[in-house]
Amino acid sequence: MPFRMFDGNGAAVEAIRMARPGVIAAYPITPQSSIAEKLSDCVANGQIDAEYIRVESEHSAMSVCVGACLTGVRVATATSSVGLALMHEVCGVTSGCRLPVVMPVVNRSLVAPWSLWCDHQDTMAERDTGWLQFYCGTVQEVLDLTLCAYRISEHQDVLTPSMVCLDGFFLSHSMQKVSAPTDEEAWDFVGPYVRRNMYIDPTDVMFVNDLCPTSEYTEMRYQQKVGFERAADVAREVFDEYGRRFGRRPCTVEKYLLDDADIALVTMGSMSGTAKFAVNELRRQGVKAGLLRICMFRPFPAGEIREALKNVPVVGVVDRSAGLGAAQPPAATEVSAALRGAGCRVFSFVGGLAGRDISDGAFKGLYSELLDVFEGQAQSVNTWFDLKGDPMALREVDIIC
Amino acid sequence: MSTQRETPTSTPAKRRILGPCSVVFTAANTGSWRLERPQLDESKCIRCGTCARSCPTDCITVSRDGCPVVFDWYYCKGCGICVNECPKNALSLVKERGEH
Amino acid sequence: MLKMMAASKGLVTHGVSSCQGCGIELIIRNVLDVLGEDTVLVIPPGCAALFSGTGPEAAVKLAGIQGNLENSAAIASGIAAGFRHQGNEHTTVCAFCGDGATVDIGLQSLSGAMERNENILYICYDNEAYMNTGIQGSSSTPLGASTTTTPAGKPVGSKDLIQIVMAHGVPYAATASVADLGDLRRKVKKAKGIKGCRVLHIHCPCPTGWGYHSSKTIELAREGVDSGAWVLMEYENGRVKLGRRPSKLGHAEDYMKLQKRFRTAVGELTAQTNERIISRYEYLEKLERLGGE
Repeated sequence: MPFRMFDGNGAAVEAIRMARPGVIAAYPITPQSSIAEKLSDCVANGQIDAEYIRVESEHSAMSVCVGACLTGVRVATATSSVGLALMHEVCGVTSGCRLPVVMPVVNRSLVAPWSLWCDHQDTMAERDTGWLQFYCGTVQEVLDLTLCAYRISEHQDVLTPSMVCLDGFFLSHSMQKVSAPTDEEAWDFVGPYVRRNMYIDPTDVMFVNDLCPTSEYTEMRYQQKVGFERAADVAREVFDEYGRRFGRRPCTVEKYLLDDADIALVTMGSMSGTAKFAVNELRRQGVKAGLLRICMFRPFPAGEIREALKNVPVVGVVDRSAGLGAAQPPAATEVSAALRGAGCRVFSFVGGLAGRDISDGAFKGLYSELLDVFEGQAQSVNTWFDLKGDPMALREVDIIC
Repeated sequence: MSTQRETPTSTPAKRRILGPCSVVFTAANTGSWRLERPQLDESKCIRCGTCARSCPTDCITVSRDGCPVVFDWYYCKGCGICVNECPKNALSLVKERGEH
Repeated sequence: MLKMMAASKGLVTHGVSSCQGCGIELIIRNVLDVLGEDTVLVIPPGCAALFSGTGPEAAVKLAGIQGNLENSAAIASGIAAGFRHQGNEHTTVCAFCGDGATVDIGLQSLSGAMERNENILYICYDNEAYMNTGIQGSSSTPLGASTTTTPAGKPVGSKDLIQIVMAHGVPYAATASVADLGDLRRKVKKAKGIKGCRVLHIHCPCPTGWGYHSSKTIELAREGVDSGAWVLMEYENGRVKLGRRPSKLGHAEDYMKLQKRFRTAVGELTAQTNERIISRYEYLEKLERLGGE
């Protein structure tokens, strides 16, 4: 399979193009903008036979997708950050109506403070909206997971939309070598869109999303819960098939040197490559360090994570979200729950916000803190890492007397 | 020639739909709300149909022969628009039960 | 397939839980009677959502979706795009929304749909407040009207939706009223036959919210049209055409005194209302003359 060069946004567009959506609605937002642009290019030059709706907001983008998907066509959109936050209300309609929309989300901080750069606070705020969530580690994964997401989301037993999350700039604007299937191979894998549940059809009438009484709401949420349970199995089946066809098997979790590890970090997204580099260095120094990367966050693969980490005495979870006011930020909360009673000690790290690079040095620092705990030299770790100076004294002004 | 089968060759299939949607066309007994009802003075009625066109519940039928105006009391909410709009004052609102 | 558990003459069930004398019921029956079966509906939450059904029970014999309060025009755009992509250019995609869902929270998505000239029919039934949530003031609530959030009477006037619509240059827009159901039906029929984004703004008296006896819904709408408080007009190919001239232009007293919501609007406010009505009507007349030249 020949290699091609794509940035993350380009890979997302390539996967969407291969899936042949019939209606596309997108609103530009940094760092997603080039997806909206390239999709409109594809429609203008005939590479995609679709209606491109140049909406006036992300809220309308998802609304257009809801309407169009209900008529029985595959739809496409993409967003980021505050755009996703604006979409939030309609994201719940999409999942509640069981519309299998696949949406790349280019991860970027929420506001305030204003930031254009990467962290996971935007998608973490949507983690309970009823969408599957995949966090890509590389540009290759953006392509692979987007293609797989169509199959998983649209599966009869799943019927749940997907966010394919890619780190803003780190992946969205980073050119990487990507092995892509041909259009025919991809189409053979994804297949045409088939309406499998509710629809809007003047010849076969139903009224979608009418007021649901208390006596049925819980049951409909239960239906979604069952969809998520099946999604975990379906994802593995689809990943297996993708691996057989294209030689690369996407994963729900990626395990790196965990079998004999004394200490391990749990990471998500593009930071994981640097973390592996740090693990290699530590291994050379004789430190038994390991890494687990969470690729599928919803449904959360708790069983696999428990199986992979249960024999690691000290685990640290790196969240690229602040998790304000929570006992632990989102990924740490989930991992702690997965490891409850397993005997490992789980600690939380928060950093890499608003595009702050998590360097190999920073990762080595985190492993060093875990090692101190492992060797009994410390009881805990500093959760917020890489803070500069005294954070409380960031702004100081003269008092006018 | 084959004979007509008495039983269908296939049973109608059921399909499950996940999530919220309404699929059964029904009607509420809105006539039970009524406190007052329109009463027709047949001698004044010219069968113009204004009452039927003005009825929000579309529960009035005006016919050319027989009783000129028929109300579907299962639905008539007793709003009185038909009474108000009747150009010949052939309708009046009366209490639903005489003792009121 | 829709399971029929009740009979009805038209596309709407006879027994629906809208208030006695509800103007929306008159409007939706007439609109759907003209549009026919080849129609899909987008209805936001609000009074009209009574017509999208509850639980498994449907109130219309049409396909549709209850969207969110602010995205009816966008959902309708999506449905129209989905149909267009599948070669269906014939089905009317009709958004049926109240004033709050139109001039307040939904104005942005409607503006987008109008600018893109989406092939949808957008109908705003205007009962001049958030009636379903308990009569809160909207930007369509008129000057001096008392609502639960303007208890002392609204201190400012209403947004002029039809002029906002005309500023987008849509192919067809019109106002209508339950005062003249024949005129309303004619305009719906005309709108149905035009391609692109069509907008109908329909005056819809509300006995519960406005404070009048349920029998007066059509009479009140008539008073509104006669006084010029509601102006019947059409906008087509950039030209304004006014309906019949109000017989009591600038005399909204009769219209206002029928309604409890104007009980605090006396003297000065009535005079102000009349002045606004006259100046708006004169402005619309100028627009009509401009189109005629």
